[in-house]
Amino acid sequence: MRELRVTPIKNGTVIDHIPAGMALKVLKILDIGGSVSSTVTVAMHVPSKAMGWKDIVKVEDRELSPREVDKIALIAPRATVNVIRNYNVAEKHVVRMPDRAVGILRCANPNCITNLREPVETEFTVQAGEPPRLRCRYCDRDLEDIPAAIV
Amino acid sequence: MASWKGRDILSIRDLSRPDIEAVLKAARKMVPVAEGTKASRSLEGRILSCLFFEPSTRTRLSFESAMLRLGGRTLGFASPEGTSIQKGETLADTVRMVESYSDVIVLRHPHEGAARLAAEFTEKPVINGGDGAGQHPTQTLVDLYTIWDEKGDLEGQRIALVGDLKYGRTVHSLAYAVAQFGVSLTFVSPPGLEMPKEIVGQLKEMGASIAATHRLEDVIRTSDVLYVTRIQKERFPDPQEYEKVAGSYRVDLAMLREAKKDLSVLHPLPRVTEIDPAVDATPHAKYFRQAANGVPVRMALLEMVLGVGG
Repeated sequence: MRELRVTPIKNGTVIDHIPAGMALKVLKILDIGGSVSSTVTVAMHVPSKAMGWKDIVKVEDRELSPREVDKIALIAPRATVNVIRNYNVAEKHVVRMPDRAVGILRCANPNCITNLREPVETEFTVQAGEPPRLRCRYCDRDLEDIPAAIV
Repeated sequence: MASWKGRDILSIRDLSRPDIEAVLKAARKMVPVAEGTKASRSLEGRILSCLFFEPSTRTRLSFESAMLRLGGRTLGFASPEGTSIQKGETLADTVRMVESYSDVIVLRHPHEGAARLAAEFTEKPVINGGDGAGQHPTQTLVDLYTIWDEKGDLEGQRIALVGDLKYGRTVHSLAYAVAQFGVSLTFVSPPGLEMPKEIVGQLKEMGASIAATHRLEDVIRTSDVLYVTRIQKERFPDPQEYEKVAGSYRVDLAMLREAKKDLSVLHPLPRVTEIDPAVDATPHAKYFRQAANGVPVRMALLEMVLGVGG
């Protein structure tokens, strides 16, 4: 009998077309650690017609907030988010790169004012691309390692 | 051109070419007042706050002189010692407090982006007096004014930027600003301290004519302006290597014999060994003039952001 690698889920979210190797970053964005109460399935390095190789993350009993989707867009610009309700795909959308990333990244410049104890959210202007180009609105520096800067 | 009244001056990149031209023209009218040969009370009753979270004698004194010459008053601190900042007050809170004490704020801060943050917490205009390794727009305006005043025009000038072009923030801002004016730029730096590729790319996109070399000798005959900056010892692990490099970027009389008669030598100061003191007595030396220009340029800005004159 053929064994199913990944089983369908009843309710939850399937994040598909994640660049190969980025699934663990997606888990970090979704704050999925040891304490989640539902099933999480991760498929890494899956053959993909469009991408060659890709990762997939399935999270049961959870839908994503717009802020979480924005964070995923920054590291997986071609990801698709499928919302599953009662085994059916209820919504399907490609993530959209935000024009501005507000409060979702830490500036990598240790001397940036946003890394001090000031009452402001970080803000980056986003120039689409793969990877996208992000510039801190405060210190004007480009962010090199986007996955590492996600908070 | 955006309205000037209440405007923040945070980065030279926020200023368009017409904006910059307006500042230069206004600054020229200020010269007799800055020199004390003409009196003005245009900012009487106005208060400037100078918040200097790190010392900068030249910037602070030129702002204070500018405000006093126009009949205004100043308050503030020259370094954070003994202020509530040392008790851990945030910049945002300091600015909210100072807002009610003054009409315009000049901020100098060791962290990049501090001026932009400060501007978000006050309705009063904020002028960036230098934030960390970031922006120092009034210095750039002083540099532009000096070139414009000495040469009569910015357009078409052959400008060589010399020294540490990798870390030097004044050269980055200046390069962005002059790129809008159709100048021809040559970057002269030691290997390893070249202008960052990212900036060169942006300057080319802006349509600037750009060349680069490691040898000062390559540009000395053809340049109209030599903008010299300090090469910091800390950038070199080997002190002997530093001496060697610094020596080869030193402007002296022998080198200037090759130069155009009307070459202007600029330097944001303080200088160390980059310009031989013997050069001071030549007509090429414009760096003290440049420092003096700090006052009329800052007077013009203060009047403009306070909505006076114009």
